[in-house]
Amino acid sequence: MTRSLPGTPFHPRTAPLVEGQTWRRWAGFVVASSYELHHDREYHAIRTSAALFDVSPLFKYHVRGPDAVRLVDRVVTRDVAGARVGQVLYTPWCDAAGKVLDDGTVSILAPDFLRVTAADPNYRWLCENARGLRVTVDDASESVAALALQGPNARTILEHATGTDLAGLRFFRLQNALLRGVPVTITRTGYTGDLGYEIWMDASQALPAWDALIAAGTPFGLTPAGILALDVARIEAGLLLLDVDYVSARKALIEPQKSSPLELGLEWTVGFDKPAFVGREALVAERERPAEWRFTGVEVAWEPLEALYTDLGLAPRLPTTAWRTSVPLYAPGSEHQVGYATSGCWSPLLKRYLTLAHLEAPYAEPGRELDMEVTVEHRRKRARANVCALPFFNPGRKRA
Amino acid sequence: MTAIRGTGGGRYDAIVIGGGHNGLVTAAYLARAGKRVVVLERRHLVGGAAVTEEVIPGFRFSVFSYVVSLLRPEIIRDLSLPAHGLEILPLESTVTPMFDGDYLAAWPDADQTRREVARHSLRDAEAYEEYSRLMGLMAMAVKPIIGMIPPDPTSLSPRDLRGLLRVGRHFQSLSAKHFHLLYKLMTMSSADFLDEWFETDVLKATKSASGIIGTFMGPRTPGSAYVLLHHYMGEIDGAFRAWGFARGGTGAISESIGRAARAFGTEVRLDAEVTKVRTQGGKATGVVLANGDELQAPVVVSSLDPKRTFLRLVDEADLPADFVADIRRFRIRGSSGKVNLALSGLPDFTCLPGVGPHLRGAISISPSLEYVERAYDDAKYGAFSRRPYMDIILPSMIDPGMAPPGKHVMSVFVQYAPSTITGGWDDSRRDAFGNAVLDAIAQFAPNIRDVIIDKQVLTPADIERITGLTEGNIFQGELALHQLFFLRPSPGWAQYRTPVRGLWQCGSGTHPGGGIMGAGGRLAALEILGTGA
Ligand SMILES: Cc1cc2nc3c(=O)[nH]c(=O)nc-3n(C[C@H](O)[C@H](O)[C@H](O)COP(=O)(O)OP(=O)(O)OC[C@H]3O[C@@H](n4cnc5c(N)ncnc54)[C@H](O)[C@@H]3O)c2cc1C
Repeated sequence: MTRSLPGTPFHPRTAPLVEGQTWRRWAGFVVASSYELHHDREYHAIRTSAALFDVSPLFKYHVRGPDAVRLVDRVVTRDVAGARVGQVLYTPWCDAAGKVLDDGTVSILAPDFLRVTAADPNYRWLCENARGLRVTVDDASESVAALALQGPNARTILEHATGTDLAGLRFFRLQNALLRGVPVTITRTGYTGDLGYEIWMDASQALPAWDALIAAGTPFGLTPAGILALDVARIEAGLLLLDVDYVSARKALIEPQKSSPLELGLEWTVGFDKPAFVGREALVAERERPAEWRFTGVEVAWEPLEALYTDLGLAPRLPTTAWRTSVPLYAPGSEHQVGYATSGCWSPLLKRYLTLAHLEAPYAEPGRELDMEVTVEHRRKRARANVCALPFFNPGRKRA
Repeated sequence: MTAIRGTGGGRYDAIVIGGGHNGLVTAAYLARAGKRVVVLERRHLVGGAAVTEEVIPGFRFSVFSYVVSLLRPEIIRDLSLPAHGLEILPLESTVTPMFDGDYLAAWPDADQTRREVARHSLRDAEAYEEYSRLMGLMAMAVKPIIGMIPPDPTSLSPRDLRGLLRVGRHFQSLSAKHFHLLYKLMTMSSADFLDEWFETDVLKATKSASGIIGTFMGPRTPGSAYVLLHHYMGEIDGAFRAWGFARGGTGAISESIGRAARAFGTEVRLDAEVTKVRTQGGKATGVVLANGDELQAPVVVSSLDPKRTFLRLVDEADLPADFVADIRRFRIRGSSGKVNLALSGLPDFTCLPGVGPHLRGAISISPSLEYVERAYDDAKYGAFSRRPYMDIILPSMIDPGMAPPGKHVMSVFVQYAPSTITGGWDDSRRDAFGNAVLDAIAQFAPNIRDVIIDKQVLTPADIERITGLTEGNIFQGELALHQLFFLRPSPGWAQYRTPVRGLWQCGSGTHPGGGIMGAGGRLAALEILGTGA
């Protein structure tokens, strides 16, 4: 018996690349935090060439049958019934009180075949909502392996590797292809806010698929990249993360820990016109009320932060990796806490200190000034910060 | 522990009868408040049902209770128990061997456990996390009640009314969903309750088994679901880590409390059996010892179970007849036995051969709900279970000091062993019981008999003989709903007082009940000192 957490299907390839034994747990697997001793080069690959991420630990469910669309449409907030085969939808899903349980993507692979990805286990939830429907739900988390190929060269690399023209594959669309003989589904999706694709395959084909991408990508600067690099990119892209930026309503211990899609900046994902989905009544009612909370970007201003350090005779210090703690935000110059940031990083590309934050709605308009708590030489200080619309980084190539 | 084997009479502010952990807790709190206190313990060591003894030369056993889960964190803090030697080591897993050679495990890590349960059922793996979370919330809901002196719902005294209001407000603060869940826990059988959550039989069997420990109920007996909650009460103090195995065995817990009590000036007398509580004009004045010595105090606190206290130590003439009738009716049937094994090597479980992390945790012999329910059926009809439910740990795997190097001790808690069996307990029935236990273990660890050096088999009759627990009931009276809170041990007498003025009770027979918890001992002391909530 081994109690060790398993590696993903790519482990035989990724393990030898990890220079500092820097592994991280993700959904019951171990994946690389970074391959090199510092993640800087991996991060820059995302923005300047291309990065390859092992995203196999995502939970994946195959929903099949005549009522497959009905089931998923009933569970998630997006309008799945109104979407077409070949589309991929980013969506949260809620409990009956309209509080978010999880978020992920829905790929419509065929009229009677959908793939749902999730950050947490959701098999039981899908099954419970499937009562009376002609569907089967399979947990494909272990049988399907997945890679994310992200960055400006992603398309070129994938075209070389598959011998397929991908110019017609639009943002949040999917296409089947052969990757050096390995059947894969390519979705134009990702967690970096850049031009990018995710490639889904049978777990048994993981290694040849990896090898094919590395072979095709290396001339174009393809670099295997770990979670640390991804974390910076996703903050720049303003993409939220379960258990970091919000608590699943399933795991919340008290009501205030829960969030609705409207409070997470995901109002655009709620199909209010759909006749029925879990949480609809609560969300319709919530939409009628003035918002209480907003999820938004907050940028820490440089000069005042620098001054806090200069006063002590120090050069300014910046986080070297993305942080995932809760940091209080105040109305400027006051003790009145108006929110908290849940993720933050220094953006090496934008040269800005970025955070994702929950704010009381009146304090959440872009441009609004706030104070963020910072610790400078063991002492608590306030740094000036400003509300910014998300995403922080949104290159044209993402959708082009 | 060095204790004064004090002799002779004497005058004290308070006399505590019984040096079990509750008696010691009461004594420590009273002494801390400046009272002159003596603890009178019948045996040659303190601890009662929480003792460590070298029953077999070189092998140390937690003879009766074997894990600590409910010891109140406030007691650990108030009495500085870590400074007095208390060290609680993690007991992290539970493994249930199955008849088909497979097993079910709960590991200390959520990812590991989810993977493990998913081998049996994907849905249960997800339900498991939600169930644990909800039970944790339920335990949070009930926890304040454990820490309060039960208000008497029939009394109109301002204090009782305030207490009732607090309970009422507390329950009102629960969401409807949580209130309904609590109601179900209070009324359902553990099997029915678990059926609402899980489909895997062995999972339900193992969970329900934790709900029948110490009770004369089966998993299908209504009311057994409540005991499931007790299990989670230990877990919500998880951050504090009050749950696990005490280094040196459970006796080390009692000894640390004893040291704290002595540090506050308590006198602890061993080999000092109390035979009578002296009264005068309906008021307690002191006690008489078996050797004839008499000790006086205006406050006498008994940590013995209610039957022993009121039916043996107090003159019936000093008690109201209806109270005596209540105490006679108090349900205290014993249902558990204990087998302690000295081993030359480790048991080899068919489902997980060899040495592994499973041997550092609990091994639950509860392969199916039917197995556990059938074990209960035997007991219902006056026999010990031919194939009993068992909770096994190997203390020497956690604390090597419990056995000589390379050798091991194994603690086997066994249910059901009714206190009254057809024909009565005698040596041959004890042997037969011990054999049934070994047979049942051998089903899953066939080498068990080969590694046994020696064994101690304890029937409820033995437990009663050694500890004085009436009928060998491990909790000094069943943790059934009709015997909890303001009904424990008797309506109107749940606030540690008794019909005899100056005579108090502080054992597991009082609210909030049994287990190495210390809560009764603490609340009684606070009540005696007039500082209770
Ligand atoms: C086999 C078994 C297994 C258990 N397992 C666990 C477990 O794993 N975890 C857990 O939390 N709980 C467990 N328990 C329950 C727990 O041990 C008891 O509920 C708890 O120890 C009782 O403590 P107490 O102080 O209330 O009473 P007791 O421990 O019963 O203390 C009473 C004391 O009074 C003494 N005494 C009796 N008569 C007289 C007299 N006339 N004069 C002077 N002294 C007298 C006794 O010797 C004893 O020391 C178990 C109990 C048993 C029997």
